[in-house]
Amino acid sequence: MTTPQERWGNINLALALFAIDPAPLGGLWLRARTGPARDRVIEALSHILETDHLPRIHPNIQDDALYGGLDLSATLATDQPVYTNGVLQNPGPLILTMAERAEKGLLARLATALDAELGLSIIALDEAAEAGEGLGGSLSDRLALHLDLDGIPQATATRLEFDRAALAEARAHLPFVQNAPDDYRDLCLVAEALGITSLRAVQHALRLARHSAALMGADQVEQPDLQLAVELVLAPRATQIPEQTQSEEPDTPPPPDTAQADAPSDQDSSQSDDTDLPPFEALIEAAKAMLPPDLLARLATTRAARQSKGSTGTGRKKKGNHRGRPVASRSGTLGGGARLDLIATLRAAAPWQVLRSASSPKKSKGLHIRKSDLRVKRFQESSDRAIIFVVDASGSSAMSRMAEAKGAIELLLAEAYARRDHVALVAFRGQGSDVLLAPTRSLVQTKRRLQELPGGGGTPLASGLKSALQLANLSASKGMTPSIALLTDGRANIALDGSANRTQASTDAHQMARALRTQGFPAIVIDTGARPTRDLDGLAQDMGATYLPLPRADAKSLSAAVEAALPSP
Amino acid sequence: MTHPFPFSAIFGQDAMKQAMVLTAIDAGIGGVLVFGDRGTGKSTAVRGLAALLPSIHAVKGCPVNSETVAAIPDWANVTEREVVEKPTPVVDLPLGATEDRVVGALDIEKALAKGEKAFEAGLLARANRGYLYIDEVNLLEDHLVDLLLDVAQSGENVVEREGLSIRHPARFVLVGSGNPEEGELRPQLLDRFGLSVEVTSPKDIETRVAVIKRRDAYDRDRAGFVKSWAKEDAAIRKAIITARKRLPKVKTPEAVLQDCAALCLALGSDGLRGELTLLRAARAQAAFEGASEITRDHLRAVAPMALSHRLRRDPLDEAGSTARVMRSVETVLS
Repeated sequence: MTTPQERWGNINLALALFAIDPAPLGGLWLRARTGPARDRVIEALSHILETDHLPRIHPNIQDDALYGGLDLSATLATDQPVYTNGVLQNPGPLILTMAERAEKGLLARLATALDAELGLSIIALDEAAEAGEGLGGSLSDRLALHLDLDGIPQATATRLEFDRAALAEARAHLPFVQNAPDDYRDLCLVAEALGITSLRAVQHALRLARHSAALMGADQVEQPDLQLAVELVLAPRATQIPEQTQSEEPDTPPPPDTAQADAPSDQDSSQSDDTDLPPFEALIEAAKAMLPPDLLARLATTRAARQSKGSTGTGRKKKGNHRGRPVASRSGTLGGGARLDLIATLRAAAPWQVLRSASSPKKSKGLHIRKSDLRVKRFQESSDRAIIFVVDASGSSAMSRMAEAKGAIELLLAEAYARRDHVALVAFRGQGSDVLLAPTRSLVQTKRRLQELPGGGGTPLASGLKSALQLANLSASKGMTPSIALLTDGRANIALDGSANRTQASTDAHQMARALRTQGFPAIVIDTGARPTRDLDGLAQDMGATYLPLPRADAKSLSAAVEAALPSP
Repeated sequence: MTHPFPFSAIFGQDAMKQAMVLTAIDAGIGGVLVFGDRGTGKSTAVRGLAALLPSIHAVKGCPVNSETVAAIPDWANVTEREVVEKPTPVVDLPLGATEDRVVGALDIEKALAKGEKAFEAGLLARANRGYLYIDEVNLLEDHLVDLLLDVAQSGENVVEREGLSIRHPARFVLVGSGNPEEGELRPQLLDRFGLSVEVTSPKDIETRVAVIKRRDAYDRDRAGFVKSWAKEDAAIRKAIITARKRLPKVKTPEAVLQDCAALCLALGSDGLRGELTLLRAARAQAAFEGASEITRDHLRAVAPMALSHRLRRDPLDEAGSTARVMRSVETVLS
């Protein structure tokens, strides 16, 4: 990795390139907690973009603020409809604060506004604290520069200096910068090596290289420009570490961490080295030096978060009219517990006052409000969880395990009332599986069903998983967020069709596990066997589930494990 | 954007282009859904299509693009009698659009200034006889989706509010695009789209380089680039016009009807909509190719886009529904 000073220098350069012509680059994604480094960057941005005040929007912004709308007070005062301008109608840079909290809907609106190419650019301030949080894909894909200020100490974050005259010169020179024909291929190859599928990234890299050449006053994009574009645009988007290039000896590929440790020393003599390497490979080397050392770990958590329908907003949301976060109100009738949105109602009624008072038989002085003006408040809340226990009731699973599973379910249910959890139970034994308990919050009902739980016979794991999948889909369609907890101690030995064929049974079980994974339901596999089974570990991987060997678990530790492993509501 | 990226200059993505051309030939096919990765030219294709479509004849100033003076709705105060040529309307439905803006509402300006009750036409009126494009259709609010489906189905927009009772024709081709990662579309809505295509980022390096080169050439000199592709665009436009004329004359052999039914039965697609769309799309394809009657080849060419979104989801099938349709086509039409 590079030193903080070098990174700060790169950020300085990136901001300058952005300022040359912000709109074609879409904008920048600034990942940083609030702090001096971020303050310096924002301060520098408003300085070089030559605006005293960059307009700011926040994730909860309403549509009328984005697109403009009727100005209520001005309309009433003048008896003329007065419209406000939405922020998206003003071309120029825009700051999106707390970008990590922006909903998909807002991101899509901003992405559409960028696509209209009216001169808008977006500076997304992302304060994501944990891996997996962060700006959603539809917008981040359209922002050329992804800058990460994490780990830049205050001492390094010195005031950023810019030469505004030089930037203006570069802006004028930009249309005359040419590309070499090979640049396209080189950038495409680098993108492929880094596992970047979106073609927009390559397009952005190409543009940034031209900006860089323009800043140098060159007429032609040169290797250092491309290298900079790779470092600033492509490297932060990498989804894989590039494989070793052919120029290196194939017999002794150095381990990746040595390559990274060598990188800074390479940088010092990079100019002379680069001329020796073919251009594309030099670019790959440049990208590698910029890759964060924990890339793979980070990717894994992001992927897991996306699959478990975690914080990125892919979870099912329920719109109701009682509690939760307020969303835009809409016309409707009162009753059924709906609450009136007074301001929105007045806003809807305001323009018609002249017309209505003219047509009203009694010349009353009051406001004329009709039924169609009524706006009711709507709220969005996260949906209830449904934890589906899939329990092995086969002969191999001693009856004691069943007792523990039952205990865990009862414990979870006891706390469920406060957390709005539903619990369901699927047992598999003999030839197939039974849904013993549909998602419920009733403790009494659960206890009764649990007492009747039978045991004995083979292990039709695939059948159990299939029932769980159906149950999960069903509860998801009812607006719940299902999670699956599988408790078993052994291998599948009964296939989906009920035949006792060990190979087929295993194939079926793995296939069902993959099917569960494609649905993205979070899951945990608890191995209750005396010794951990490798086969179950593999199954858990296929399911995208956490694997947890708990040989002597009691009800309490079981419920704690499930609670810890599954996403909280 | 004054110079949209030319339709004919879109590299690859043949299924998407084919689907759009087919709806341009026969609007009755009922809309296209384009689902796929980011940055694959979904919106670019729609914008390009808008620039390429043959123009329509409409009464000047008519809010619903009426073809004749007699067809102008009563509520529209159109004083013009002249029929002019204008580009096929392609109307964008932005995600933030309010219900008022979509269906139309009382004209606020007239209500305030003159105290007059007048109807201000919405996006549905403007899209009549043309296209309605919804980007990120999977993120559209549910109540708007329901409303659109209802109108698209009936071909008529009815507004009952503020003491107004207005109806006007709203026949348009619905084009929706979206990224499945952001959210799925309800099956009821999926089924209403006539055709559906999946687009993916090109995987091989040559294609990617070619795409980037073209896009960059366009970025650098928009007017020049559009001009250099004008001939190709004109060729497609001409082919669409010819195909439209030929469409009513394309014969439908009994065997093709049998094939349609057998195919839909084999795939277990719900309802009859699949068969009807398959037939219409195949007929448009035949007209486009200049054939006098529908053949199995035409069915083969359109089956994936007409049927893939109508199948019940099978979680065990990892290949995807397009592959399933292709498999069935091979067995049924062998």
